[in-house]
Amino acid sequence: MRILKRVWRWFDDITGISALLGPLFSHPVPHARKSAWLYVLGSATLTAFLIQIVTGIALASGYVPSSGQAYDSLMFITGTPFGRIVRAIHAFGADAMIVLIGLHTIRVYLMAAYKYPRQMNWLTGVGLLLFTLLMAFTGQLLRWDQTGFWSVVIAAEQAGRTPVIGNWLGHFILAGDTVQGATLSRFFAAHVFFIPALIFLFVGFHLYLVIHNGISEPPKAGRPVDPKTYRSWYHLLLAHEGEPFWPNAAWRDVVFAFLVILTVIALALIVGPPELGRPPDPTIIQASPRPEWYFLWYYALLSVIPRWSEDWVIILGPALFGATLILLPLVAGKGERSPIRRPWSFAVVAFTVFMISYFGYIGHVAPWSPRMEAAVLPVQVIGVTEGPIVEGARVFHDKGCEYCHMISGYGGVRGPDLTFAGDTMTPAQMTTRIYSGATNMPSYNGNLTTDQLSVLLAFLSSRHRQPVLPLPVVQQQGSGK
Amino acid sequence: MAGRIGLENQKQKHEGSERRQFLTRLSIILGSLGAALAAIPSVGFLLGLRKTPQIWRTVGKVDDFGIGSTANVAFQDSSPLPWSGVTAQTAAWLRRTSDQQFIAFSMNCTHLGCPVRWLPDANLFMCPCHGGVFYADGQVASGPPPKPLNQYPVRVQNGEVQILTSPVPIT
Repeated sequence: MRILKRVWRWFDDITGISALLGPLFSHPVPHARKSAWLYVLGSATLTAFLIQIVTGIALASGYVPSSGQAYDSLMFITGTPFGRIVRAIHAFGADAMIVLIGLHTIRVYLMAAYKYPRQMNWLTGVGLLLFTLLMAFTGQLLRWDQTGFWSVVIAAEQAGRTPVIGNWLGHFILAGDTVQGATLSRFFAAHVFFIPALIFLFVGFHLYLVIHNGISEPPKAGRPVDPKTYRSWYHLLLAHEGEPFWPNAAWRDVVFAFLVILTVIALALIVGPPELGRPPDPTIIQASPRPEWYFLWYYALLSVIPRWSEDWVIILGPALFGATLILLPLVAGKGERSPIRRPWSFAVVAFTVFMISYFGYIGHVAPWSPRMEAAVLPVQVIGVTEGPIVEGARVFHDKGCEYCHMISGYGGVRGPDLTFAGDTMTPAQMTTRIYSGATNMPSYNGNLTTDQLSVLLAFLSSRHRQPVLPLPVVQQQGSGK
Repeated sequence: MAGRIGLENQKQKHEGSERRQFLTRLSIILGSLGAALAAIPSVGFLLGLRKTPQIWRTVGKVDDFGIGSTANVAFQDSSPLPWSGVTAQTAAWLRRTSDQQFIAFSMNCTHLGCPVRWLPDANLFMCPCHGGVFYADGQVASGPPPKPLNQYPVRVQNGEVQILTSPVPIT
């Protein structure tokens, strides 16, 4: 022990490390009292990022960033016992980082900690939020399975909506004319070097600002921020009731960070890594790419907005969102901080959380997606075993109607449910609809023979709330022959 | 006396500040120049997209495809990098419209680029992402796609159907 102490003294003497870090550890912070646990979200986000660095380095040491081999190298990593766990931790760590940075942003917004003199704290935080989302996108793409492959194409197509430079931007994302050898390397470099470097830079600046401006005190109604007097008031506050950051405040950060690590690892062990889909082979046509949960809301939004607004929403939507976040501390840099005096801030948070959850749920269900795996309706639903109604059910499936229209719980939900079509429409009305189509339904004019139409109408007209033909047990036995 | 020294001092200070200003400018200019010299080739490499030639790839014999039918065909990019693996492939929907005439549709939905599927019994292309539907001739039938399906140049040469390798259509 004595030797260790001597070594430390010698090291400190020639490096001056305790003189440098000592004040950082012991710098006074305001008493947060009841809201003390709300102040751990930033360090928790950083903890999640540290998990990502550790597991990311481990993964990078086994991953081959080549369009032709990445998938196989991930298969290899997943096949080893620790590789499997590391992949799972990296995936859940990403989820944790997104959730925590979201909660941190909400906390800072509700407490208006972005007001003077902490505007730049907020702005660097906005940068970190953007980088985190970019990391999430590029990361799921590096899985380089079928969804990863199509994510690149979809990203390029979305970027392609940008006026003037869209076409160039789209091909820049593809790193060439098509998705090929150069594509994945570029995303790998972005995910592993470029964006992390920016994150390091911004985290450093963000933390420096936290020390420089001091951590914000919990807001109090009727105590607005006045840039002229704030700093001197804040220093008085610290002098009166400040406490050293370490360990009086930091212990909560450590406890919560530990819980974050524990949760991520527990989830990783229980749930395991995200499954790899089919290989990134563009000739496999059975592909239904879906974004990860954190982008599902955006995926859903693009499906429900009016068509004419699409170009605007794809480009202007994210741009406006970013501009709002950037303008917030510049426009509202002083005045009341308490959320009680800023009731709309609750509304803004509630609205945002609701939209992301609601559209996220819609995106999960994806009612606009045809259910192309739907099989021919079972005999119990059709109700009879032979005749035009059965043939009609076959046409209903083969012509793709069933992919969008549900009958008795089978089929898609893009179009109206046709379980009781016989009650609500006459055969003439059905014919008109089938032939003319609609915004989201193709016209079948010229696509159905007279026979096909008549059996289809027979089938649809047989869909009643009260079955016209009751289904006695005898009939079902008959079908079993 | 005192005044003269003061004046001298001021003069020295003035000269000093001029010198400092010059050295500051020199450092900033040299620093920026050095950074630019190091960055330009890197950025140039990043922005320089590899141009690949367009060539005709055979996807099958004319008689492999029935008149009026639509089939999935795959062909290789014009000059794939050796490590492209399966991503060097491109798939297309090939429709034989008459004895010697073909249309090759891009797989990419014109909405956001997802791969459309051909439903042979329904005579429709359907997109699994947002439910866009196209008719057999590539025209939009319903859903969000803003334009008909993109087409690849296709020709018949010595009884073989050939498709011209093309960039992914960015709509």
